[in-house]
Amino acid sequence: MEKIITDNLEIAGVRFSSRLILGTARYPNPQIMLDSLEASGTEMVTLSIRRHEVSNYFGESILSIIREKNFHLLPNTAGCFTAKEAILTAELAREALGTNWIKLEVIGDDETLFPDVVELLKAAEELVQKGFTVLPYCNDDPITCRKLQDIGCSAVMPLASPIGSGAGIRNEYNLRIIRDTIQIPMIVDAGIGTASDAAQAMELGADAVLLNTAISCAEHPAMMARAMKLGVEAGRAAFLAGRIPKLLYAERSSPLTGLIGHA
Amino acid sequence: MKLIVNGKSEVCDEQIMLGELLYLNKIKPDEKGVAVALNEVVVFRAKWSDTIVRDGDRIEIIRATQGG
Repeated sequence: MEKIITDNLEIAGVRFSSRLILGTARYPNPQIMLDSLEASGTEMVTLSIRRHEVSNYFGESILSIIREKNFHLLPNTAGCFTAKEAILTAELAREALGTNWIKLEVIGDDETLFPDVVELLKAAEELVQKGFTVLPYCNDDPITCRKLQDIGCSAVMPLASPIGSGAGIRNEYNLRIIRDTIQIPMIVDAGIGTASDAAQAMELGADAVLLNTAISCAEHPAMMARAMKLGVEAGRAAFLAGRIPKLLYAERSSPLTGLIGHA
Repeated sequence: MKLIVNGKSEVCDEQIMLGELLYLNKIKPDEKGVAVALNEVVVFRAKWSDTIVRDGDRIEIIRATQGG
């Protein structure tokens, strides 16, 4: 039991007891968001950087609510299509929030929201050089992940499936290869639909799961947040416990000796 | 002079400091979660009041808000 109790997630020297990172978007209202964050047990939440509008103070109230709870803040560069846009967004985020942590997103198009690997690598390299703690949202591609590690990123965040799709893990084999071939934390980001998806990611060896829509757009967000917490914990425990291999044929569990009706 | 503020053209009759422009946009000097870039370079909060805005400048005023 000792092992599980002290099983912390460590990213860039910062320790977290929760392995669930949550987005703060698309909740029906701020109170449901707060209830959900609390029920999930998360310690780190993502934010986005958007143009200020004189008539809109909703964003500010969200930030003050989140700040009160002392969550570790992870601003993102969502919506950026080029390295240049992402770098400026990261620098604005650092100034606005006083953190050098950045969830780096550089997307290729509006339909898939898949990362643009060329621009992502360019942005990651420059941001690492500028002293940022870079957590890149990336494809479930082992080579891209290895390059992001070599550049100096503090984690890799391969997608399970497209952002907001809730489609679960589309390629568990690639995630296993990524986990086997890199040394920095692997956070499965995007596409998680329900608690079993989160558990599966953790069973594959993910160090953490990042999700948003699966909770915020669930029928009962706070209940789903608790389910995700349990899913992540169960998956992590199963990973540490070491699952049995999958066999093609049966292997009996009851003893073969002492059966009645035999001579 | 003409300015581009958050992607929109704005006309300003006289010389203006960045701090004044932010005040007109209802940004307080100590407001949390806000940052500003002038021609794609971040202007630190401490420099807002003594940064001069010039004709043709592009200003981005951003806010941290909900996100995934």
